[in-house]
Amino acid sequence: MAEYKLSTPLTDEDMVQLKAGDVVKLTGTIYTARDAAHKRLVDLLDEGKELPFELKGSVVYYVGPSPAPPGRPIGAAGPTTSYRMDTYAPRLHSLGQKASIGKGKRSDEVKQALKDNKAVYFGATGGAGALLSMCIKEAKVIAFDELGPEAIRELTVEDFPLLVINDSHGGELYAVPDRKAAGIE
Amino acid sequence: MRTIKAEQVIDAVAKMCVSANRYLPEDVRKRFEECAAAEDSPAAKEVFRQIKENWELAEKSGLPLCQDTGLAVYIVEMGEDVRVEGMNIRDAIDAGTRKGYEEGFLRKSSCDPLTRKNTGDNTPSIIHMDVVPGDKLKITFMAKGGGSENMSRVTMLAPAQGWAGIKKFVIERVAEAGPNPCPPTMVGIGIGGTFEYSALLAKKSLMRKVGEASPDPEIAKLEAELMEDINKLGIGPMGLGGKTTVFDVKIEMRPCHIASLPLAVNIQCHSSRHEEVEL
Repeated sequence: MAEYKLSTPLTDEDMVQLKAGDVVKLTGTIYTARDAAHKRLVDLLDEGKELPFELKGSVVYYVGPSPAPPGRPIGAAGPTTSYRMDTYAPRLHSLGQKASIGKGKRSDEVKQALKDNKAVYFGATGGAGALLSMCIKEAKVIAFDELGPEAIRELTVEDFPLLVINDSHGGELYAVPDRKAAGIE
Repeated sequence: MRTIKAEQVIDAVAKMCVSANRYLPEDVRKRFEECAAAEDSPAAKEVFRQIKENWELAEKSGLPLCQDTGLAVYIVEMGEDVRVEGMNIRDAIDAGTRKGYEEGFLRKSSCDPLTRKNTGDNTPSIIHMDVVPGDKLKITFMAKGGGSENMSRVTMLAPAQGWAGIKKFVIERVAEAGPNPCPPTMVGIGIGGTFEYSALLAKKSLMRKVGEASPDPEIAKLEAELMEDINKLGIGPMGLGGKTTVFDVKIEMRPCHIASLPLAVNIQCHSSRHEEVEL
């Protein structure tokens, strides 16, 4: 398992070298979007309108941060569970999104989209909201302010610690539950 | 009849919302230290290291432990010889939630289930009231995150399925949830009562301290047995493999209808935030 330092925007070359289990420290600009924001993004695409950020080479972080206390750019900011974005992710990958950051399992459709579009799914440690917040140097809302915690934010991150969960070659890191050992098979 | 001013309730509740979201309880910390020491895999150890660094940082920085500061869930035990003056008890608790979530820079996660419009102040809170003997008011607060709550289930088993059926359903639920609910998780199980009561039993079981077994030795044995078997799944911290898939299993039981065997599984993420106050 290798360790990489990557900067945004991400390229095909960045992505194909990564294998499930690799550690990545990511620096640059990433965009937050979760449930409601994803629906809005896809609605914009359906209407043929521009998206609020450039998808090509982009990294989308599934997060709804807590409010920024005085003196900090953002509150706690750990990943939310990713499967809820599975409906939307293949379409965004087909338009150039290179990676998503979240936690938990992805659908077969998303895994196929990662293969088809040379993209990856990164995991960050769920519940480590205070810790991950320290890697976020700047944050500003760029769309859908009215969605509150679900608004789209542009984040500037430095050495954001990620783990490759699903790579662009079909590899996956998550443990397969041993049902037999647990006595239910 | 003893009287408590509504302001006292509001302030106590607001304080709990803030501190519970910043401070991981000692019982949970202690268990995680034990689990981390028992793990062999570097990935599992690394997750526990990050969890620890996170609780230390939350305490120091004033940031919440997790961005999902939850829906505010309360189990209230209200003595029959006490009254709240100036406001209905439920309104006072909601006012405390609003104050705590605003002043503590906590995320407001309550929304309309269909339009998904955020209510803006994390209310209405989820309040379960019990009337008990005495003149005390005890309020237990839990910040319940959505990711783990989504992995919970209620089912109605046939009585013939018995303990074997219960075990199978619970273990299968944890297996299906996999990495989604931020393992290691705590599993709260409600057995019996009715459809809705089983879910409440499961939720209440999560309020018991980590390591505190059921006072009924027979149920305590079932808790231990289930925890051992679930951990054989090997899902591990964050689903990366390891010995700790669950860090505790709690069971609350209650008689049910002769035709029924209600079962509820309520999953709690590793950020198990709870606090109580007695007024």
